Amino acid sequence: MTTYQEFIQQNEDRDGVRFSWNLWPSSRLEATRLVVPVSCLFTPLKERPNLPPVQYEPVLCSRANCKAVLNPLCQVDFRAKIWACNFCFQRNPRGPAAPLIFLYVVDTCLEEEDLQALKESLQMSLSLLPPNALVGLITFGRMVQVHELSCEGIAKSYVFRGTKDLTAKQIQEMLGLTKPAVTGQQGRPLAPQDAAATCKFLQPVHRVDMNLTDLLGELQRDPWPVPQGKRPLRSTGVALSVAVGLLEGTFPNTGARVMLFIGGPPTQGPGMVVGDELKTPIRSWHDIQKDNARHLKKATKYYEALANRSATNGHSIDIYACALDQTGLLEMKCLSNLTGGHIVMGDSFNTSLFKQTFQRVFSKDYNGDFRMAFGGVLEVKTSRELKVSGAIGPCVSLNSKSPCVSENELGIGGTSQWKVCGLNPSTTLGIYFEVVNQHNAPVPQGGRGAVQFVTQYQHSNTQRRIRVTTIARNWADAQSQIQHIESSFDQEAAAVLMARLGVFRAESEEGPDVLRWLDRQLIRLCQKFGQFNKDDPTSFRLSESLSLYPQFMFHLRRSPFLQVFNNSPDESSYYRHHFVRQDLTQSLIMIQPILYSYSFHGPPEPVLLDSSSILPDRILLMDTFFQLVIYHGETIAQWRKAGYQEMAEYENFKQLLQAPLDDAQEILQTRFPMPRYIDTEHGGSQARFLLSKVNPSQTHNNLYAWGQETGAPILTDDVSLQVFMDHLKKLAVSSSA
Amino acid sequence: MNVNQHTPMASPYGQPQPSFGQPGYAPLDGSYPAPYAPYNGPASAYQPGAPPQGPVRGPPTSGPPPVSAPQQYNQYSQSQGSMQNGPPPPTQAPPRPAVSQPYNQGAMNLSGPHPSYPQHYGPPSTMQQVTNQMTGMQITSGPPTAAGPGYAPPHSSQPPVSTGYSAAPQASYTQAPPPVSSAPTQPPPPSGPAAPQQYYSGPPPPSQQPFNSSLPPTSQQQQQFTSSVPPHPPPQQTLPPSSYSGPVPTQSQPPVPPVSQAQQSFPTPQPPFSSAPPPVSQSSFATGPPPSAPGSFPPQGPPPSSQPGSFPPPGPPLTSAPSCQYPGPMPPQQQPPPSQPSPYHSGHHPPRPQMPPTSMAQSNHLPPGPQGPAGPPGPLQQPPSQPGMQTGYPPQQNGAFGQVRGPQPGYSGPYPGQPNYGAPAPAPPAQKRLDPDAIPSPIQVIEDDKAKTTEPFTTGVRGQAPPLVTTNFQVQDQGNASPRFIRCTAYNMPCTADMAKQSQVPLAAVIKPLATLPPDEAPPLVVDHGESGPIRCNRCKAYMCPYMQFIEGGRRFQCGFCSCVTEVPPHYFQHLDHTGKRVDCYDRPELSLGSYEFLATVDYCKNNKLPPPPAFIFLIDVSYNAVKSGMVNIVCQELKTLLDCLPRENPEVESAVRVGFVTYNKVLHFYNVKSSLAQPQMMVVSDVSDMFVPLLDGFLVNVNESRQVIESLLDQIPEMFADTRETETVFGPVIQAGLEALKAADCAGKLFVFHTSLPIAEAPGKLKNREDKKLIGTDKEKSLFQPQVGFYSSLAKECVAQGCCVDLFLFPNQYVDVATLAVVPVSTGGSVYKYTYFQAQSDQERFLNDLRRDVQKLVGFDAVMRVRTSTGIRATDFFGSFYMSNTTDVELAGLDCDKAITVEFKHDDKLSEETGALMQCAVLYTSCSGQRRLRVHNMAVNCCSQLADLYRNCETDTIINYFSKYAFRGVLSNPTKAVRETLVNQCAQILACYRKNCASPSSAGQLILPECMKLLPVYLNCVLKSDVLLPGADVSLDDRAYLRQLISCMDVAESHVFFYPRLLPVMKLESGSLPVAVRDSEERLSKGGVYLLETGLHLFLWVGASVQQELLLNIFGTPSFSQIDSNVTSLPVLDNPISQALRELIYSFRAQRSRYMKLMVVKQEDRAELIFRHFLVEDKSASGGASYVDFLCHMHKEIRQLLS
Repeated sequence: MTTYQEFIQQNEDRDGVRFSWNLWPSSRLEATRLVVPVSCLFTPLKERPNLPPVQYEPVLCSRANCKAVLNPLCQVDFRAKIWACNFCFQRNPRGPAAPLIFLYVVDTCLEEEDLQALKESLQMSLSLLPPNALVGLITFGRMVQVHELSCEGIAKSYVFRGTKDLTAKQIQEMLGLTKPAVTGQQGRPLAPQDAAATCKFLQPVHRVDMNLTDLLGELQRDPWPVPQGKRPLRSTGVALSVAVGLLEGTFPNTGARVMLFIGGPPTQGPGMVVGDELKTPIRSWHDIQKDNARHLKKATKYYEALANRSATNGHSIDIYACALDQTGLLEMKCLSNLTGGHIVMGDSFNTSLFKQTFQRVFSKDYNGDFRMAFGGVLEVKTSRELKVSGAIGPCVSLNSKSPCVSENELGIGGTSQWKVCGLNPSTTLGIYFEVVNQHNAPVPQGGRGAVQFVTQYQHSNTQRRIRVTTIARNWADAQSQIQHIESSFDQEAAAVLMARLGVFRAESEEGPDVLRWLDRQLIRLCQKFGQFNKDDPTSFRLSESLSLYPQFMFHLRRSPFLQVFNNSPDESSYYRHHFVRQDLTQSLIMIQPILYSYSFHGPPEPVLLDSSSILPDRILLMDTFFQLVIYHGETIAQWRKAGYQEMAEYENFKQLLQAPLDDAQEILQTRFPMPRYIDTEHGGSQARFLLSKVNPSQTHNNLYAWGQETGAPILTDDVSLQVFMDHLKKLAVSSSA
Repeated sequence: MNVNQHTPMASPYGQPQPSFGQPGYAPLDGSYPAPYAPYNGPASAYQPGAPPQGPVRGPPTSGPPPVSAPQQYNQYSQSQGSMQNGPPPPTQAPPRPAVSQPYNQGAMNLSGPHPSYPQHYGPPSTMQQVTNQMTGMQITSGPPTAAGPGYAPPHSSQPPVSTGYSAAPQASYTQAPPPVSSAPTQPPPPSGPAAPQQYYSGPPPPSQQPFNSSLPPTSQQQQQFTSSVPPHPPPQQTLPPSSYSGPVPTQSQPPVPPVSQAQQSFPTPQPPFSSAPPPVSQSSFATGPPPSAPGSFPPQGPPPSSQPGSFPPPGPPLTSAPSCQYPGPMPPQQQPPPSQPSPYHSGHHPPRPQMPPTSMAQSNHLPPGPQGPAGPPGPLQQPPSQPGMQTGYPPQQNGAFGQVRGPQPGYSGPYPGQPNYGAPAPAPPAQKRLDPDAIPSPIQVIEDDKAKTTEPFTTGVRGQAPPLVTTNFQVQDQGNASPRFIRCTAYNMPCTADMAKQSQVPLAAVIKPLATLPPDEAPPLVVDHGESGPIRCNRCKAYMCPYMQFIEGGRRFQCGFCSCVTEVPPHYFQHLDHTGKRVDCYDRPELSLGSYEFLATVDYCKNNKLPPPPAFIFLIDVSYNAVKSGMVNIVCQELKTLLDCLPRENPEVESAVRVGFVTYNKVLHFYNVKSSLAQPQMMVVSDVSDMFVPLLDGFLVNVNESRQVIESLLDQIPEMFADTRETETVFGPVIQAGLEALKAADCAGKLFVFHTSLPIAEAPGKLKNREDKKLIGTDKEKSLFQPQVGFYSSLAKECVAQGCCVDLFLFPNQYVDVATLAVVPVSTGGSVYKYTYFQAQSDQERFLNDLRRDVQKLVGFDAVMRVRTSTGIRATDFFGSFYMSNTTDVELAGLDCDKAITVEFKHDDKLSEETGALMQCAVLYTSCSGQRRLRVHNMAVNCCSQLADLYRNCETDTIINYFSKYAFRGVLSNPTKAVRETLVNQCAQILACYRKNCASPSSAGQLILPECMKLLPVYLNCVLKSDVLLPGADVSLDDRAYLRQLISCMDVAESHVFFYPRLLPVMKLESGSLPVAVRDSEERLSKGGVYLLETGLHLFLWVGASVQQELLLNIFGTPSFSQIDSNVTSLPVLDNPISQALRELIYSFRAQRSRYMKLMVVKQEDRAELIFRHFLVEDKSASGGASYVDFLCHMHKEIRQLLS
């Protein structure tokens, strides 16, 4: 018999699923008492080299009462992309074989150096695109320009005023995408015209490669003068609106990526985040809490509307924001969150962080296919005993009311289908269930509950595919089999799933409320599963399967996902964005960063994320997912400064210095987005990245360290894990709780 | 010509002519009948001019007038000579005398026809009138002296009148010395022409009839008219005198003959006038007719007698006749060729007077030389005519005309029109037409003025009227602005508002601030008063000028406008000499010249910031029609070279003007042509509902820096849109785009919009087709001239605020609603060019030349014009292409060298004769190099307490300029009919006032015109029958709106030739000198001739059907009339003097005008001739416009009504 650990790992490897409980309580009441809901993390496109591709999704006739499957007897008009059902004669649009579309939306209000770097990245990216992919370019500053790519000689673009909110219809009319009614009446075939119209802005890469390269090369900074004391006028809102409108009008329900590159916040028009007066700073958390962020609600609403439109059409939106100050990610995050797009945040386009991250968007799998999929629809089917409460992840509800939809919503609920416009192998959704059976009619023992995940998506090779994952778990009576249930607890998955719930709440609730909720959940869990004597904190024990959980919660409470102190709203949004879409491993790293220690005393070893791990003769490597920090202890730093590593006789020191670099490099090369790489040392200003993460077991308040190996004191008033645990125990055992 | 006309008159043609007249008049008659009676009055008017002044002003008036008169006469004679041919000379002499007599008689010419009348009224009245006239104007008419003699005889033979007249006239003539002299020379022509002019009498005829009917006196009056005109007639007619009037009454009048005389008489009156134009003509007439007249007279004599009897009958018929008569007159005009007699005859002819007339005619004809023969026939005819007369008094008129023409067989031939006339002619046998030659001739006046102007015109003398715009002269600035910059309607302003009101003479100035000066005149000097800016009066802010009086040793100066005393700033101080003038007076332009410029300081700039150089933006329609017509290609090709010719102040330096390009159909395409680009970039703006400029840097560029990119762009534009299927266009957003671009660049500038169609695409300023011909003539007609939507007015306002001037080039294939599209150009000081049915091949030349000129011409931007005046008058109204946000500042987004602004002044207090009236026009503008400047024009005119002085120093061309602008603006708010009536009324009041207050007493039947205004009726008639006020069926609404706005910014020279086109006989062309022009009447065209007609907008080469092969060969390179290609727009380059001279002539015509005139070759009797005929403004127009003769009659009637 394998351990649950092994079982869990197997399941994850095979199905991409991790459940919080691997034995399910047989009634709703019991399930509630377990505190952590029955839920799972599901990675729909988990890479499975051996997974046979399921063939095409059968194409059904669109008439509700027909639904016949596309078959060889049907008439197909390839030009008009229409097929006629040979049973009911319904004319259906032909679905498959749509090209991938990449629409670059580029901010030109950049510093020359940044713009140059961005142009180069974009030009480079052309070579990474599949040759038959369609590519388009929109640039914006004070105005928004949609570039026509098919023209020779003269570069044409359609210009929109950056201050005016236009409807999709207006945009399509202005771009000449709507078919003039007249031509229709004349009965001329529309198709060629139609094609030509769309082709103007979205062209196959192989055809416009040169043109576009030149066009990008000639791209100028926004020519409108920026007076002293002003921000450049940046029409991000309209640019996105145009991009969404363009795709909506030309390729609805076809996989497409809008890639937005911004170097600053939207400063005019709809979606404006901050005015152009430099003396008015962009909103901070403080402003938001004081309800002092003028544009916040309006802008958020605007971008949400756009995101929803885009999601409806199956287009995802990436945001690549590179600036030292905030760029309005708080308002715009929904664009990516709802459409499955990426958000990448950096200081400048001229950094390897951006350049490599961007390059990694186009990475390929072992089949040579892009690690991206589009227009995914995830459907969850459950056996009768279960219902779906909701999902948390880069998705939107499809409002599909099936019998397995629970009335209690957790996350995005009320549906059994979600649309995930952009998917990659690591995209992971948290899915929450509810046990249906009442306490007096529990699920019979020995039965199994089943969940089926049906994921339809457009593969990057333009095929439409469907992946079905079915899992089953045993039911257990929580009264009699609580031990079993306890041991089936996947504390890692549970931590992440609870963290997602917390983050989801944090989006709409005040920070302290979320923390209180989280604490309460933790205390209840400890009460439920802890072994203790009432009112005796020292007697408190947790079983192995829960032992790490409180620690996760401790770090989660301190994490930027729930703490906004010291983070800008944009940073919070950025962190949360990634948190709710990464798989379990990455999510855990985000919650509790990994710390490795390098020394002459032995091989590299993981050490406690604790201030006590910070020692003078160690090199530490911390991975927080967003940052990679290499910290040289005081002694090491002095040696390094003295240059010992240059001396042949200290080759070992050189190797010691090199070891964490190599490990870091390995992480850097695989992670998306590329983490910020920080090389610092004792006393260095950047050491703060490390110091803010470690458990402050030693602070200026409890500095009892006079011995050698005491680590570094942290200047903070935050409670340490020890204190946290003490409180937890006290509360858990308290009879009054 | 006149002669010719006369001759024809004499000949049978006359009859046909009548028909002409009739039709036209008919309508008029209805209303006019009564007027006729009044006409007599007018007749007197003529005289008055002379007479009244005669005594009092005698010296002055006579002085000047005579001069002119003589000249005019001379001219006439000359012209006639040339035109008409020799014949006249001999005859002329006689005519003139006649003229003198005629006056009274002239009037009588009419009477002629109306012999009967004469009897009734005529005789006595005529006599008196005659005398009066004689004494007065007629005397002047004297010039005809020569004629006098001629006539004299007849006269003498006839009653005393003749003698009297003769005497008087002679005297006057003598005074007129020039006239006299001229007379001799002129004789021939004068007789002819003069007579016609006097035609006034002509009109009278018709009126007369009514008169007769209505008033017995009328008849007299009529006679007077005639009489006044027909000095000649007088002699004969004494009887006729009445007859003159007779023309109307005519019938009755023996005067008929007088009629002819009448014409003459006109001349006579003129003489007095100063030879008021009419007189002059009269004299000439007289001359012309006289000779013949004599002969005729005698006959007349009899007729009259007989007539008397007839009269009664005529009386009744008269009424009817009137109408007929009108027609009659009309014919005369047509007959004009026969002009001399015709008019007279017209009126009179029919009557026995015809005889005389005929004779007259003959005389005229005679002059014509060729006609010589005709002459004889004339006489012959006379006899017959006489009979006719009796019988047909009523018919006489017509007959007369007809006869007249008849005489000129040759001519008649040529006139295609004649045949037509012929038909009618018969009906109105009684014609009382005025002889077109007897009424004031524009040509005569123009030629007289040319002859008179020998020395440079110096502006130092206050109140001195400059030479006419048709005269070439040099100007020396001696303290007042050159007439090239400012022309006034009156150089003697009435001192009081009452006087002004009484006279009804508009007090206005036509100002062309940036007028181009001929190379031999220095442009205004630039004055820099340093950092503190130009020195100005503290109170009224007038700029330093010669009217500032320095006092207290030069420490202060007193403003000539408001009398306020201002300290002289230390840096400007200068001592005074013993006369009180600053010793540096002549070193400083602002103290010694009428026009100069100040450098403006930042205080005179927007936002207190010196302006950047202006920009030119080219906005090109690339819709289907634009591409297909070739316009897009042409513009793009041309711009490549044209961009090197952007305006610059210093030819050495490259132009500071930046350029930008936009193309558009339903959407707009902006182009980035930044020099650093390898290829231009096109930026499409589809959001036309909310226009903006998509780019800043790279849109407006320096031509030299971006040359390659620009050329590449201009090469590609036609290609890019070659296959366009877009037919819809926008317009409002196009201008908005240009405006926004200028705003973004923070500079002033000019938009060149090349547009083809009605903007029906969904956008601001969208228009619908509202061309509704049914509204024409209704009270709602005005709405057609009003903009369809308010959008463009507010847009224009924005443009003006930014200094954005819009020039619009239209290439319509159908209705485009010029009335609306032109709102912005007109309000921003821009121009509208229209090329209907544009075709690359035939219209390219005209368009390109217009474009080149428009791009290159001197232009100022973001201008504000302010006219300051001395206390007592005030600028109250402004006409032109500009915008006004208050009542004083004329704001011009752009002001180019072709734009004129007409300013009207009103009294708000009394003026003093001592100080005169001062005006200072200051224009603040940004030059093409971006320099801010102030151009100042000063003008001082005299003030008078006597009306006569006013009438003696006014300028008809300028008055017409004012009237036309006033009327063309009036159609926006009033029915065109009301506008026409207003004009006629005001004109009648002006003339009536003159008659009443300035002319010596005379019979009411006489039409007496002030010398300076003798062309007022003919010119006014041209305004009245312009396409705007009286459109023909084929005139589109767009054309009318186009012309309407065109007139609004014309200067005097342009409006003059526009309303009275220049018609040159090409066959008399000799290198080095221009042939004397011909009057704009079909009758003046010889079938064997080739004529060049220009209006400032059109250029026609009319080829007679029987032109000599040699001439055709020389001009067209083909000997056959039928092989002439009437589609050519340029003449073949042939190596012979005629061809060379003609092409040079055409070249020089084009060079004179602000718009390029496309040459149209019109073959006689070709279909295109209809268009050409439209410009023969002395004839009755197809749209129902009166002929000159008819209108004169009508005017006379109006005047008489006012006087009675």
